Amino acid sequence: MSTVAPTARSIATQVVAGKLAPDQAVREAFARGDAAGVGAGGLNALLWTDRTRATEQARERVVGDDTQVDRGLLAGVPIAVKDNIATLELPTSCGSRILEGYVSPFEATAVTRLRAAGATVVGKTNMDEFAMGSSTENSAFGPARNPIDPSRVPGGSSGGSAAVVAAGMVPIALGSETGGSVRQPAAFCGIVGVKPTYGRVSRYGLVAFASSLDQIGVFGRTVDDAALGLQVIAGRDVMDSTSASVPVARYADARDASLTGVVIGRPREYFPESLDARIREKCERAIELLRERGAEIRDVSLPHTDLAIPVYYIVAPAEASSNLARFDGVRYGLRVPAPGLVATYEATRSRGFGPEVTRRILLGTYVLSAGYYDAYYRKAQQVRSLIADDFRSVFASGVHVLLTPTTPTTAFPFGAKADPYEMYLSDIFTATANLAGVPGMSLPVGRIEGLPVGAQLLAGHFDEARMFAVAYALENALGEEAHR
Amino acid sequence: MSVNVSDVLHVAKLARLGVSEERLPQLVAQLNGILEHMDVLGKVDTTGVAATEGVGAAGTPLREDGGEPVPLAHPIESFAPATRDGFLIVPRLATHDDAAEETA
Amino acid sequence: MTIPGWEMVVGLEVHVQLKTRTKAFCNCTVEYGAAPNVNTCPICLALPGSLPVLNARAVELAVRAAVALGCTVNHVSVFARKNYFYPDLPKGYQISQFDRPLAENGQIEIGTRVDGDAIRVGITRVHMEEDAGKSIHDRYPGVTAIDLNRAGVPLIEIVSEPDMRSSEGAGAYLRTLKQILQYIAVSDCDMEKGSLRVDANVSARRQGATKLGTKTEVKNLNSFANVERALDLEFQRQVRALEAGGSIEQQTMLFDAVRNEVRAARSKEGSHDYRYFPEPDLLPLVLTSTDVDRARHSLPELPAARRARFVSDYALGPVEIEVLSSSAALADYFEAVARHSGNAKAAANWVINGVLGAVNASGTPLEQLRVRPADLASMIRMVSDGIISGAAAKQVFAEMVRTGERPEQIAKRDGLLRVEDDSALVRWIDEVIAEHPTEAGRFLAGERKLQGVLVGLVMKKSKGSADAKKVNQLLASRVSG
Ligand SMILES: [Mg+2]
Ligand SMILES: [Zn+2]
Repeated sequence: MSTVAPTARSIATQVVAGKLAPDQAVREAFARGDAAGVGAGGLNALLWTDRTRATEQARERVVGDDTQVDRGLLAGVPIAVKDNIATLELPTSCGSRILEGYVSPFEATAVTRLRAAGATVVGKTNMDEFAMGSSTENSAFGPARNPIDPSRVPGGSSGGSAAVVAAGMVPIALGSETGGSVRQPAAFCGIVGVKPTYGRVSRYGLVAFASSLDQIGVFGRTVDDAALGLQVIAGRDVMDSTSASVPVARYADARDASLTGVVIGRPREYFPESLDARIREKCERAIELLRERGAEIRDVSLPHTDLAIPVYYIVAPAEASSNLARFDGVRYGLRVPAPGLVATYEATRSRGFGPEVTRRILLGTYVLSAGYYDAYYRKAQQVRSLIADDFRSVFASGVHVLLTPTTPTTAFPFGAKADPYEMYLSDIFTATANLAGVPGMSLPVGRIEGLPVGAQLLAGHFDEARMFAVAYALENALGEEAHR
Repeated sequence: MSVNVSDVLHVAKLARLGVSEERLPQLVAQLNGILEHMDVLGKVDTTGVAATEGVGAAGTPLREDGGEPVPLAHPIESFAPATRDGFLIVPRLATHDDAAEETA
Repeated sequence: MTIPGWEMVVGLEVHVQLKTRTKAFCNCTVEYGAAPNVNTCPICLALPGSLPVLNARAVELAVRAAVALGCTVNHVSVFARKNYFYPDLPKGYQISQFDRPLAENGQIEIGTRVDGDAIRVGITRVHMEEDAGKSIHDRYPGVTAIDLNRAGVPLIEIVSEPDMRSSEGAGAYLRTLKQILQYIAVSDCDMEKGSLRVDANVSARRQGATKLGTKTEVKNLNSFANVERALDLEFQRQVRALEAGGSIEQQTMLFDAVRNEVRAARSKEGSHDYRYFPEPDLLPLVLTSTDVDRARHSLPELPAARRARFVSDYALGPVEIEVLSSSAALADYFEAVARHSGNAKAAANWVINGVLGAVNASGTPLEQLRVRPADLASMIRMVSDGIISGAAAKQVFAEMVRTGERPEQIAKRDGLLRVEDDSALVRWIDEVIAEHPTEAGRFLAGERKLQGVLVGLVMKKSKGSADAKKVNQLLASRVSG
């Protein structure tokens, strides 16, 4: 048995052919996880797991329902799920004390769809508390580590999911994005991470951080696995009013698509003077490879890019301050008894939430409060429209896909970003896509001093298929170079 | 714009977050450290720009008045901190110590 | 109530539960009186990861109400979060509408002035929102019990302009509003079940002043009568304070029906700053002109129009019209009887005295009354055609109420048909003469005043079915003959 997971496609193919039992595939995943030390004391990437149950569930699929496995695009594929996505049986604690031990009595649509396609959930992954962070250092259950270099962060907030995929335990994991929380850890861990168009994947069962920005995303070691995973979870869900009725393409059909006629934009704001020259060089190399394969490269401008972080850090905390009001110790989760109701609320919430969550709730409450709404929230939502218009005009001008660096740096050591705003700047190249609602993905384009560098592809609304076409081509062109 | 101690206390009250005295100065400093980066937005001309409001123009989808509610895989009692006779139980609000009825 | 030199200014906020099967944003039933927290699901419990989806029927009913109240319906309205902590508010915010409500600028007529001009009250806005759950503070010592069955029930909030100048005016507005909403079947408007709730904004100003005084909001008003009482009490309190040179503090007052007093609510802990912002889990509510037109065309005739038509079509008096138009069901009933019988006057009489009498006596609602309008109309025709007497009609009607049978059947079975047949009458007269020889002898001897007594005896023998005129003629003919 290899210490690195076979691809989801190869597992599914073997399972459908009867050459691999799904419970065996799950056992192998746990064995690979053990070898990599994904649990507490090791990478601390996997928070909650139940081996017996997972193995049983995988076995029952074969015995109980052959047709489902036959139809299953992900038959027998072991997957991991971020701790803020509701699963039955395993806890959904959002990396927070306030939800420690909480087991959701309903399941997220994305998880239901993955299971229907034959996948088995093997565990819930570590994350920054309520997805607020870019390093997974803000988890109430301790930081996760980067499998490439355990002295460094795996990125965040979906650091645990990125780490279990990068460590070879599972081929696919679910993460969630609000400002880059899939793409940034994918870049730091040297894997593929996709943030779909807002509305592409149901948010039902994703614990809300900032509802107008949140999307469930997919990690894969390969572009193809990410494509398979997204294809399964994408599509309209009646349980989410913001999910869109736009047909879902078979993204893997783009694997051999030609780049002739594809126009790739190189937005100058994403390649500032200050950009690390080595990261610039990796991205330029990727662009060059795409040109060689027939793509047309155009320099473009998204003039409001600089405003993304200020806008993001108003809109996201504002929505978060409201979304996190439900954690009041009345119906579920932690309750810290204190004399009287208000004291109980305050004790529960101050004990239950960590420092970053507390800061963002305060910030969000402030920008929505009387007298400040227009100056902050309303203004930010207007500038957000300008950011979205930037993308709209660049894609309307005939550009199909943009290529940028995913992050301004490679994975940093623990504690390197003590100042909150400095940490926020980790999302400088990714938050724009969440604000505009466009899809984006990160894929590995090489390493600097052994640390992975990610290139980001951005496309127009619901144009994931074209984004994948470019991603497949780039992955092919780079070959092993992507991990050197 | 910047915040002071009393702003932070006010906001903490609104958000039902108990903030200890010791943490206040640091919180004020951190929030101001963040807020100073927001001032740049004030300089952007947004005359006539619509605020982003609900992504998707077709309007919110509607559901039929009927159908089965989403079932709970396990009952309220299994996750609620305190229940009694089917009710959720919370400490009484100080304004209701005389059990007077008040509708919100 | 009037206080010389002072004027009361009232605006009302009315919350009305829409008559849907399920809640505003989830499939839980809105059934009243279920065991605590039985009608809940991940969405109305605000479990992490749950999301709202809007109920189409709630929108339809809200739009219907808005057009009935003469409002302009906005083609785009926006749901907003109203943020505050309360244990019966599961999400920590209420989904409501704020700066872009469903509908605005309506008005209703609540009566006519002495000079015949209509009294109108403006409707500022109608918006959709969800209800909170119920906090029960007096069930267990020291704790509050929360029942979320009502959480998420669809409501509309109807905000009036400050157009009312007396508590009676406020009462008239509420009765008119309730009648309209019931006519259009948007709500049960049952205050006891909480499907209609009223908050009142009241201020006092010097007679002739044009500027509004500082208002207070009066809550805990659980009947229209209490609204009127509370307004008078609060108006008096404000005038006393102002006359003493004081000022009015803008605050929430609670009406205490037991002590018949209005007192300041102890302020809720923490100040009110609802931090409204557009609800990102829902897109804006988009309504086309077709949607709004459909709602307008589906409206039944509203009470005011109906009353006007009752004057022109049936020439009824004001009191009759008031009673017969009180509910759509009663007005429909009356019109069916009037149409089938061709006799509006008699139909009005029978509906007011007979039908309403039976409804009130039995406590069963009109819909369950066994007397069908067509049958009542037949009975009215039987009276005017002389087939039964007025006296017999009362007996027939009582039987119709009891059994639901047709009047022809009852009259025939119980021998209540008017008898004109001479031979039967002659037989009854002969029997009466034989049974009452003294009176008969005196009558036949020429004592004419006894004729009435004998007619009465014959009528009694016939159980009212004899034609009294004919009996008189036959008796008279015996004396002269
Ligand atoms: Mg309201
Ligand atoms: Zn529900």
